Amino acid sequence: MASYNSRQFLLRLSRQIHKCQRRLYTNNNAVPHVAIIGSGPAGFYTAQQLLKGHSSIKVDIYEKLPVPFGLVRFGVAPDHPEVKNVINTFTQTAENERCSFMGNITIGKDITVADLQKAYTAVVLSYGADADRTLGIPGEDLPNVISARALVGWYNGLPHDKNLNVDLSCKTAVILGHGNVALDVARILLTPISILAKTDISQHSLDVLSKSNIKKVYVVGRRGPLQVAFTIKELREMIHLPECKTIIHKDDVAHLQPLIEKLPRPRRRLTDLLYKTGCTPSEKDLKLWASAKRQWELQFLKSPTKIVPTDDKKIKSVSFTKNTLQGDDIVNQKAISTEHTEEIECGLVLRSIGYKSVPIDNTIPFDAKRGIIPNENGRVTGVSGLYCSGWVGLGPVGVILSTMTDGFNTGKLILKDIESGLIRHVPKSGKEKILPVLNEKGVKVVNFMDWKQIDKTETQKGETVGKPREKITSIEEMIHATKT
Amino acid sequence: MAASMINLCRRCLQTSFPFLSATHPVRRKLPQYLRRKIETKTFHTQSGPLRNGEFEMQDPKSEDEVVNITFIDKQGKRIPVRGKIGDNAMYLAHRYNIELEGACEASLACSTCHVYVNEDYFDQLPEPKEEEEDMLDMAPFLKPNSRLGCQIILNKDLEGLELTLPPITRNFYVDGHVPQPH
Repeated sequence: MASYNSRQFLLRLSRQIHKCQRRLYTNNNAVPHVAIIGSGPAGFYTAQQLLKGHSSIKVDIYEKLPVPFGLVRFGVAPDHPEVKNVINTFTQTAENERCSFMGNITIGKDITVADLQKAYTAVVLSYGADADRTLGIPGEDLPNVISARALVGWYNGLPHDKNLNVDLSCKTAVILGHGNVALDVARILLTPISILAKTDISQHSLDVLSKSNIKKVYVVGRRGPLQVAFTIKELREMIHLPECKTIIHKDDVAHLQPLIEKLPRPRRRLTDLLYKTGCTPSEKDLKLWASAKRQWELQFLKSPTKIVPTDDKKIKSVSFTKNTLQGDDIVNQKAISTEHTEEIECGLVLRSIGYKSVPIDNTIPFDAKRGIIPNENGRVTGVSGLYCSGWVGLGPVGVILSTMTDGFNTGKLILKDIESGLIRHVPKSGKEKILPVLNEKGVKVVNFMDWKQIDKTETQKGETVGKPREKITSIEEMIHATKT
Repeated sequence: MAASMINLCRRCLQTSFPFLSATHPVRRKLPQYLRRKIETKTFHTQSGPLRNGEFEMQDPKSEDEVVNITFIDKQGKRIPVRGKIGDNAMYLAHRYNIELEGACEASLACSTCHVYVNEDYFDQLPEPKEEEEDMLDMAPFLKPNSRLGCQIILNKDLEGLELTLPPITRNFYVDGHVPQPH
């Protein structure tokens, strides 16, 4: 009897202790910490959702560069300042007292994803897609065969691309690809310099562009007008570009007329614009084109096979095979090559056939073929507590809205997983655990106040030359600006 | 002189005199009448989309100004909102924490404020500009009654307007959990 009582007592005691422990546990350590890798739209939109959906969660945003905002700063064209308004929302997020921006930290080098996983309840990979796809054709390594991604980085002041060797002394450029990046680079090459000079375009590229001899830009795609990936706003901008003529061949678009009405809306309006520009251009367009100093030409159904060099190793031309289209679904037809070939002479080739992601840490799964991190709706396959959002998980497609939606969804998913207990909620201390390690390694962490100093320096520098901002293009100078 | 000065753009004023900011401690200590003066007299002189939502933060001054509209959120919940003449529907949604984004701040460079307009009112809105149509092309779940919220400016005729948010996000909160606003 006595032994039974003492056993019961012990059982009760142990239960009580357990209860106390659990209470202690949840009361003191209930704050989840989330690390986000990458401070572009995907990272910031995920952070925004996390902070909005949870009253005590703490979010730390890690960034490789000392400056935030990723492709909003380094990808959006300088003549599209309105797209950059989104920075105001991101700034609000970063200034939330539960959010920390931590710049100048390279994940995989300064600290590993595994280190972060030990310090955080959840880790979100949202570092985008900063490598580009290659064509794999002879002559691709010639000088002046440049990836459009690098050219975008060059004119947007990305430190990595500021020393890109761009030779604009030739008359003709060929851009390979029919996406918005292709039209962005075409537009920058053809826009009157007086317009560009009022944007936040980097001075080093403005200097080169002001001496440009480029008079003609071919934008060449392997499929037809119904398969173009650029969007209507970008096409319309090209058609209305000052001092520039648009050439869309009648033969390429005349057959589209009976199809237009049956197409779903976005494709319908885009195809209609291609058709009208090629077959029945407006008086206004014709007037603009009559006095044009430069021109661009849309070319369809051509795949590059070789970039032909001159004797002194410069670009002479690009060889193409002509394609036909096959498949029942007219919008998704495939390009099949024929035996016909064509050559376009040029001195500059820009490759704009898509981006891909790269693995930053060999401990995380990576699908090298698709250039993305394998995931199910944002949960990285096979790793609990690891998530991804934006291009690193989706592939590099879509406008800011799609990245926003994905960021929000990943944020909601993480909150749901925390609530349901799918990710184990053990006490973690977040950046408090990481900062000492970085400090020991001598990494200078740039916080959001530091960025505001850089921002101020850049805006002031811009004011003196009549630009909204003059971007600092060296990492050392950025760090230096935080100290002023 | 003073009156013309105070009509300067609010953003410019705030850069020069930070205490004009609504959250600045000095501003909070100003007498009520002075605060109201700043609020009503200083606004951006540039018309159109550059407004940043501060107008929508003001309550209607009289019943004559009131325009009652309803937002229907992604969960199908009806949220009645008491707006006023001249309010931009997107910024009005922001004021009441309705899940409608506005990434480009009403400059027609994104489609994050996509809404559906109830049929009776769709035709009453001014025709969308070409730029708005171009942006709507990018919006998922586009319908014939789709518009951008940032291009809808309230007037008396829009009393009873209903704006439905499109189902862009999958609803993860099946268990009824509702995230708290900021």
